[in-house]
Amino acid sequence: MNLVAFIAWLRRHLRRLVQGCCVLLALLVIVDAIPGVVNKEHAHTAVERWPGFWALFGWAGCVVLIVLSKWLGHAGLMQREDYYDE
Amino acid sequence: MSDFWLHPSVILLVGAALLPLVPRPLKPVWLLVVPVCTFVRVVGLTPGVYGQVEVFDLTLVFGRVDALSRLFAYVMGLITGIATLYGLHVREDGQHMAAWTYAAGSVGAILAGDWLTFFLFWELMALASVFLIWYRRTPQALGAGYRYLLVHLAGGVSLLAGIVWQVGSTGQLDFAPFEVGSLSPAAWLVLLGFLLNAAVPPLHAWLPDAYAEGTFNGSVFLSALTTKTAVYALCRGFAGLELLVPLGVIMALYGVVYAVLENDCRRLLAYHIVSQVGYMVAGVGLGTELAINGTCAHAFAHILYKGLLFMGCGAVLHMTGQSKFTELGGLWQKMPWAFVFTLVGGLSISAFPLFSGFVSKSMVVAAAFEDHRLLAAFLLMLASVGTFLHTGLKVPYFIWFGRNRCKPETWERAREAPWNMNLAMAVTSLLCIFIGSYTPYLYSMLPHPVHYEPYTAYHVSETLQLLLFTAVGFFLLIRKLEPEPTISLDTDWFYRMGGRAFLRWARHPVRTWDDRLGECYRRCGLAGLRAVAGWVRAFDQLVIDGLVDGLAWRIALLGGRLRTLQRGPVQESLTVGLAVLVVGLLLVWWWWR
Repeated sequence: MNLVAFIAWLRRHLRRLVQGCCVLLALLVIVDAIPGVVNKEHAHTAVERWPGFWALFGWAGCVVLIVLSKWLGHAGLMQREDYYDE
Repeated sequence: MSDFWLHPSVILLVGAALLPLVPRPLKPVWLLVVPVCTFVRVVGLTPGVYGQVEVFDLTLVFGRVDALSRLFAYVMGLITGIATLYGLHVREDGQHMAAWTYAAGSVGAILAGDWLTFFLFWELMALASVFLIWYRRTPQALGAGYRYLLVHLAGGVSLLAGIVWQVGSTGQLDFAPFEVGSLSPAAWLVLLGFLLNAAVPPLHAWLPDAYAEGTFNGSVFLSALTTKTAVYALCRGFAGLELLVPLGVIMALYGVVYAVLENDCRRLLAYHIVSQVGYMVAGVGLGTELAINGTCAHAFAHILYKGLLFMGCGAVLHMTGQSKFTELGGLWQKMPWAFVFTLVGGLSISAFPLFSGFVSKSMVVAAAFEDHRLLAAFLLMLASVGTFLHTGLKVPYFIWFGRNRCKPETWERAREAPWNMNLAMAVTSLLCIFIGSYTPYLYSMLPHPVHYEPYTAYHVSETLQLLLFTAVGFFLLIRKLEPEPTISLDTDWFYRMGGRAFLRWARHPVRTWDDRLGECYRRCGLAGLRAVAGWVRAFDQLVIDGLVDGLAWRIALLGGRLRTLQRGPVQESLTVGLAVLVVGLLLVWWWWR
């Protein structure tokens, strides 16, 4: 199998790929909501029993981390590359 | 001394010492045989106490083998072999010798049963590993290496002080757990030394500083050995120390925040070491059987996937000469296999199902939940989000996809890595997937019996949602994540700028004042001293000597005369006298005639 050709093929069908991923994400949340499939009896907290809680947590966590970190970075942590040069 | 017991570190040390003597064509064979022998030796270790040596009235224990030390020694032996294979084509013997000595230090510290042996191997690690940074031979690497060494020696001093205090107060040399309920001052000093090597903020800045500047293969060793040896030491000495839970959680998030800002891919990975070691430190703090199992499992998995990630990014560095996102991009056409291997590493560190992190990291988080530490558990889950965000998405995306920012010469240079590097990455990738898919391999080595099953529908569903929706966030906010050519200030600012301020202080005020003082002394001090000496002499001569009998003065006068006689004037008078005599004789002779 030619790896480069395979990646090129995936890139040519990027739109399909993204659509497929969206379907997968939706399925994931739907399956999570079916108690017969995903048994949440051993969940440690009440919020974890909400369908799609971890999806929300993942997405919101990602946004918070990026925004917070970039804010800190631009507040002074990020400096020019020659900052330590004398 | 007990019966002969071959220490695995001895194989590495002897192998390193003999390497320069091996003929060039046989070097690759030697480079493979020595780590393989070491690994076979480590696998063959059986529980017990070996290598006891009596020195004066001390009993040194070189081989304390139990489930904990065996697991850590096993994975150190494994990664030493893989990382040596990865750098097989490196022709500088010194690099291999430094790496093996470093690994010998790590394995030696893990197997040490007493404080003295432990300390010696611990310091051997610091001294040997710095060469893996210096061999990069850039000015940045030189500076980073010095800072690394100074920081580690400071940690070593704290550790040694703690050990001396501890051994002095208890009289026990064996490396036993501390009383974590009430830590003695000696225990605090030892803990400080351990926390520094485990890169716990604010004592962590040496790690991203140094690991990003190491050689392409040296950083693979660095990423595996130092911090995980420290995790072993914490497991051994401080299991159940409450303080470690918040410290671990802070570490896990700290690394993630800095990884967002980082432009150098290897420094980003280094920040994720801080983050991942945070899980282990938190696990040690929890101290339950599940948590300690989780810590050990995660250390094992981490050494392999982090080694793999450093190998992937090291391959990019080696083949293109670049490690910054702002200088890379679009390399999938040039280095597709390096991409696949790095992706496997990224999925493993992110704890995707079927990859190694999934079966190890979740144990620590589950232990936090079971211990009803909900805040810690949720924050560790948040750190997982950040891990996937950067190592699973940002690193592969901005190196192999995204906008092509390569300079023409970078693009020209870029090509697939040599066979040995790809083989090392392939082996590690397979191990990551094997560990994640076949849990008994790792779980059977853990120190406590395992009653944990990672592959439940709930856990798989939870993880997939968490990670895949993180990916959604990543692609939505990708503009914000575009790399920027910056560096991030960290706690090393204090000693870098502090050192500089000290030098400036030494140069300017101290030297200026030193010069001024010298001038002042020359003018006032010396002149004053001379005047005083003159007065004293006059007083001595006129008053004291005059009052007595003037003997000294007369002797001095006579001495002056004699000196005149001895000196040139005698010869001069003789010459003149002789000349006058000759002229007189000539005149008499002329007149007489």
